[in-house]
Amino acid sequence: MTSYRTPLARARGLGPARTGTDHFWKQRVTAAANVFLVSFAIYLIVRLAGADYPTVKSTLAQPQNAIPLLLLILSGVIHMRLGMQSIIEDYVHSDGYKVAALLLNTFFAVLIGFACAYAVLKLSFGA
Amino acid sequence: MAETGESASRPISPHLSVYRPLINMVMSILHRITGIALYFGTLLLAAWLVAAAGGQAQFELVNAFFAHPFGKLVLFGYSWALLHHMLGGLRHFVWDTGRGFSIGQVNALSWFTIIGSVVLTLVLWMLGLTLRGEL
Repeated sequence: MTSYRTPLARARGLGPARTGTDHFWKQRVTAAANVFLVSFAIYLIVRLAGADYPTVKSTLAQPQNAIPLLLLILSGVIHMRLGMQSIIEDYVHSDGYKVAALLLNTFFAVLIGFACAYAVLKLSFGA
Repeated sequence: MAETGESASRPISPHLSVYRPLINMVMSILHRITGIALYFGTLLLAAWLVAAAGGQAQFELVNAFFAHPFGKLVLFGYSWALLHHMLGGLRHFVWDTGRGFSIGQVNALSWFTIIGSVVLTLVLWMLGLTLRGEL
């Protein structure tokens, strides 16, 4: 199908990676969310410092603590994956190493995200 | 360009090492370094949560590490990196609005980041240790 849009109009706003401002925008949205979610997590962890196991377990299982923690895990791993992607793209120039590093970056973020989410959900719903 | 003997003394493209460190440049570098530290530091959070989900024995093993002076030092560094990166992010939010770009404002925001992060970290730990009765 013939496109009647000019090449300039098709490229405008997308940049060399063809993803436009998507990376920047997601990075800022998760940053804004993290300000609140990280503050909450610091409060929660300071409150639980030195607490015994049953206290920690029951506190983390409460919805008002588990839900913000799950949100932090989601927002946090998206943010850190994007940040590390920028670092890799800045410093790793050979295609092979770059693709490998970007792949490992994604694997690490997904692993951390699922491990933390699994743990919080198990504390909430597990025996 | 034929005089090859002189090529060694010709100026090369300047890079970071030729600049006197300026506060906004140091804060920019620290923002990236703390970001990297936080990235790998999520392993600590994951270890804590997975251990808590795993049972009392695992939890106490991880907790013993965090209670050890070395573990505490790691946590102290981690909390500073977190607060520093957060204040650095807030600085970037200010810049995102197109404000704060005069040299005086850039320097003030940069100093605010480092002083604020150190003060906040110390306050946080004093609060935490006082609550636990260790201070």
